[in-house]
Amino acid sequence: MTPFHCVTGTAAPMMTPNVDTDVIMPKMFLKGIDRSGLGEGVFNLLRFNAGRPNPDFVLNRDGYRDASFLVVGPNFGCGSSREHAVWGLQQLGIRALIGTTFAGIFNDNCANNGLLTISLDAATCGALADAVSDPASNRLTVDLEQQTIRIEGGDGRSVPFGIEAARKEAFLTGRDAIGSTLAFADDIRAFEARHRAENPWMF
Amino acid sequence: MPGRTLYDKLVDAHVVRRIDDDGLVLLYVDRTVLNEYTSPQAFAGLRAAGRRVWNPSAALMVVDHVNPTAARRTREMPDVDAARQVDYFAENARDFGIEYFDIMDPRQGIEHVVAPEQGLVMPGMVIAAGDSHTTAYGAFGALGYGIGTSDIEHYLATSTVRYRRLKTMRINVTGHLPLGVTSKDIVMEIIRRIGADGATGYAVEFAGPAVRDMSVEGRIVMSIMIVEAGARGVVVAPDQKVLDYLEGRPRAPKGEMWDRAARAWLQLRSDPDARFDREMTVDAGEVAPVVTWGTSPDQAIAVTGQVPDPENNAAAVRALSYMGLQAGTPIQSVPIDFAFIGSCTNSRIEDLREAAKVFRGRHVATGVRAIVVPGSTQVRVQAEIEGIAQILIDAGVEWRQSGCSMCLAMNDDILAPGQRSASSTNRNFEGRQGPGARTHLMSPAMVAAAAVTGRITDVRALIKEGAQ
Repeated sequence: MTPFHCVTGTAAPMMTPNVDTDVIMPKMFLKGIDRSGLGEGVFNLLRFNAGRPNPDFVLNRDGYRDASFLVVGPNFGCGSSREHAVWGLQQLGIRALIGTTFAGIFNDNCANNGLLTISLDAATCGALADAVSDPASNRLTVDLEQQTIRIEGGDGRSVPFGIEAARKEAFLTGRDAIGSTLAFADDIRAFEARHRAENPWMF
Repeated sequence: MPGRTLYDKLVDAHVVRRIDDDGLVLLYVDRTVLNEYTSPQAFAGLRAAGRRVWNPSAALMVVDHVNPTAARRTREMPDVDAARQVDYFAENARDFGIEYFDIMDPRQGIEHVVAPEQGLVMPGMVIAAGDSHTTAYGAFGALGYGIGTSDIEHYLATSTVRYRRLKTMRINVTGHLPLGVTSKDIVMEIIRRIGADGATGYAVEFAGPAVRDMSVEGRIVMSIMIVEAGARGVVVAPDQKVLDYLEGRPRAPKGEMWDRAARAWLQLRSDPDARFDREMTVDAGEVAPVVTWGTSPDQAIAVTGQVPDPENNAAAVRALSYMGLQAGTPIQSVPIDFAFIGSCTNSRIEDLREAAKVFRGRHVATGVRAIVVPGSTQVRVQAEIEGIAQILIDAGVEWRQSGCSMCLAMNDDILAPGQRSASSTNRNFEGRQGPGARTHLMSPAMVAAAAVTGRITDVRALIKEGAQ
């Protein structure tokens, strides 16, 4: 997966609560056997009206077309487990999502692909959404090493954020989780033998 | 030492090792079920890295999401993309040595209907699968939860997932379900109360007398649907009903092994002094049939209620606009175009029996199209044996083959823009049943009531009428 260190880019506000993965990646784009073509699918029914860009959708507005970050409402990514939603956001150029709460499966899917999710308290997230709603202050620098979000325009303030050490390390290194787990193959085999002896009906 | 919750016991029994000091562990997963649309990239990843599947016998592959449900079943898929997914699925089953139920298999059906039907889901297991509704298995005292494609690949390669323990919430359901009120109504009422993120970050244990009184199928409905409040895992303590459900199933243990397993399973419960991070209680006796009015499962009201005033809530204003509804409208006056009974939530034989009671001797209203999609081919056969299928057909309902169908409309069962459906499914998101389609979630009996009257209807009125 792509490592994340320090990224500067445009942030777009999308503060609707409960944005579900059906809205992020509609069903018409789920019929592939690879990860291609999902940049077109992401937010498709919001981004386009009959094939033409919907001028009301934030990512079609001046100053937001090249967004690297979305500042989002609570419970972003709820619903279906479809990882296509995360692949699509990445193919659109999104590197991090800044919100309050993220749905569980979606959050794991983001972590597994190097799409950083940052959880802030509601007041801080709201203030950040207000700042980036003005194109004059919608450039952010997200620094994972320092755990800060800096507003590049406006008052230049910086917001700290928390992240568990293991998650941070995984984002910084972009390591292959399967490879790391297979280093524990002996532990898995030992567990499996014990588990099978205790619960033979499960095997 | 304080007592442990059932959830904690299941996690503890599956920890292979700690990964860090912040609570990240390697969790052993006993079983998975794979479908054709969330698994292809996982297999492609294994192929690219030259990795094998750690334990092929712990997985089952079932086609369910993209297949047609037309009454005459053939191998044909509705489009070339679906055909390619199914072909690749079969190729992966063959190359990695995994059991596969193809579309013509008499055991085919929705993954969460098929796995319990085959006896593959047992108390005490951890089951992770590439579908959010994997929480279904909580009804058996197994910890079931949904994962994305990267974690499917991780599971296939290692039989484990990287896991962080959840907070725990116990939902106690007291009292008795009134006539016409089902487990679907109870769980929809819970979601209405706690919100679409009310259980985010939690594993939920359902408990209380109303849950004990409920059938295993009823518990499955609650275990699946509570995902719409964000729950990431569900457990229900297994009891004799679970044992009765499992005994004799093709993959359930037999003979002396059954006796040993059954004894162990009945021990699985939260300790009396276990502490939960959160508790809530719902009195089933106070719950009326529930219907959604919006585009999030928590935007719901009792069927006797009116479409609420969105006030200044932008999301509610948008939802009403999308749904084409006015604040203050009695929900019972809302006409429907389509009635759908199906999905992993409500497509089991018990659901079809409830629907058939309403359809018996009545007819689908003029201008309404009603379809029933059984959860599995075995459910379809059972419904035909019991005469349910004939009741539905006589009522003017289309009697279909099994699949996920219009729950997410990935196949050719899809609504046109603006069409309004009464649906026994679990999600009323914008575009879920087709771009611009309007979905009202409710119980299967309530869908049947809407189908025969042509508008959203309190099924209790029809039950009384039928009794006279």
